[in-house]
Amino acid sequence: MQGGYAQREHGTDVAIVGVGLHPFGRFAGVSAIEMGAIAVRSALADAGVAWRDIQFAFAGSYEVDNPDAVVALLGLTGIPFNNVYNGCATAASSLTLAANTIRLGEHDLGIAIGMDKHLPGAFSADPRLYACPSWYGELGQFVTTKFFGMKINKYMHDHGISAATLARVAAKSYRNGALNPNAFRRKPLSEEQILGSRMLNFPLTQYMFCAPDEGAAAVVLCRADQAHRYTTQPIYLRASAVRTRRLGAFEVHSPWLPIEQTAGPTVDVSRAAYETAGIGPEDVDVIQLQDTDAGAEVIHLAENGFCADGDQEKLVADGELEIGGRLPVNTDGGLLANGEPIGASGLRQVHEVVLQLRGRAGDRQVPSKPKVGYTQLYGAPGVAGVSILSL
Amino acid sequence: MARVPVAQGIFTWPGDDPRLIGSRCVACGIVTFPAQGSCPRCASTEMAEHLLPRRGRLWAWTTQEFPPPSPPYAGPTGDAFVPFGVGYVELADEVKVETRLTQTQGLRIGMDMELVLVPFRSDDQGNEIVTFAFRPVA
Repeated sequence: MQGGYAQREHGTDVAIVGVGLHPFGRFAGVSAIEMGAIAVRSALADAGVAWRDIQFAFAGSYEVDNPDAVVALLGLTGIPFNNVYNGCATAASSLTLAANTIRLGEHDLGIAIGMDKHLPGAFSADPRLYACPSWYGELGQFVTTKFFGMKINKYMHDHGISAATLARVAAKSYRNGALNPNAFRRKPLSEEQILGSRMLNFPLTQYMFCAPDEGAAAVVLCRADQAHRYTTQPIYLRASAVRTRRLGAFEVHSPWLPIEQTAGPTVDVSRAAYETAGIGPEDVDVIQLQDTDAGAEVIHLAENGFCADGDQEKLVADGELEIGGRLPVNTDGGLLANGEPIGASGLRQVHEVVLQLRGRAGDRQVPSKPKVGYTQLYGAPGVAGVSILSL
Repeated sequence: MARVPVAQGIFTWPGDDPRLIGSRCVACGIVTFPAQGSCPRCASTEMAEHLLPRRGRLWAWTTQEFPPPSPPYAGPTGDAFVPFGVGYVELADEVKVETRLTQTQGLRIGMDMELVLVPFRSDDQGNEIVTFAFRPVA
């Protein structure tokens, strides 16, 4: 690919000029709205703009019905402010909607915000809200972790991935998390500790799963041709998209599946994003993947086109997913070390990629001067989001 | 004290030869479980009841080793919780059904499985709630 900004054929290109984060973890006495305001102020300061300069906003949350209430802490400026929820891809929706608002010429400068404050433990809901029958939940099958256990167990059988590889992936995330002052889990864990922790859904143990937690993130976006007003290091949002499952995809919360099989929404959205960006997986230098569990990172590496099915066994053994490797994945510790405040999780990924592309990721900086970054989200009931960013 | 199915209309009851009750799209032929009123492939609203084959092959599996969040889970918790298997069984060339498995050990993708009815829990009146599960064919 060519470096730098190029005007595209349709619409206006979009740049990210500010990113901000409230650390992820557990923060007794701090509300999600307060964390959101802290993340916004941090992103505004990064962009060198004031809240009154922001022309529109999208905010995502699972726990907060009206994350736009954050204006009470930031300033009641009357801007169009829309709230977003789209499962674990919520932040991809906020980012995509914000970018499209600029692309369509409606506004020049806006913000995507995410915030959440979850109770500990696996997510739960009334299965009827997911078009599943009540008995499915009553029997104990409306459980996301069980789906991830089944998916990786089958993937390991079909493509020769070992449990040791899952442990290595998790150990890498905790190691990277230890280098990230904003991470939830900052203690390295050995592969033995990970494999020896409590089995939750075979073959996935406790330390192979991420946990719902708390945190917030924000991203300031503008017309690409105005980016230099705000920063000397604009990061261009080359693509941002969301897709849902097609019939035949192997998806969470499915009481049945048809005989016919098709690729999942991650594959679909990934291909669409590469097409829009005119960038291929071979061009990507730093990668953020949805690692709800260590197995999901392994599968998503192939679903996003970074390797063939089964190649992960050797890639992981050779350290290629490490910060200094050929395919650095989840350099900030991913969901495993940061947890998953749903509304904020994908903007945390964008935050990390922006820092990496600016060369300002500190102890966890990818040393090869990355120019292209990639983020991916996946969740129930079969939704995925991808963004591609470049210098 | 009676045996009561966990839900109406998901398996034939009573009887010695239980079958899962699915639906088949009159227009395109796709089979669903449980039965539903519209087709997820062609959007037809003509769906006919269809009894599923009793036997199939294990397509994917895992174990549930902790009590699922309750609600919606209504089974035994605490010391009474017993880990169970979960998987998809591919029934002939018709449909893959997500199901409890009668065991957590010795499961292999591709193994032959058959439908059984198993006790799930007791209700307040002392009735035994029964659900469907699949077990390896002996």
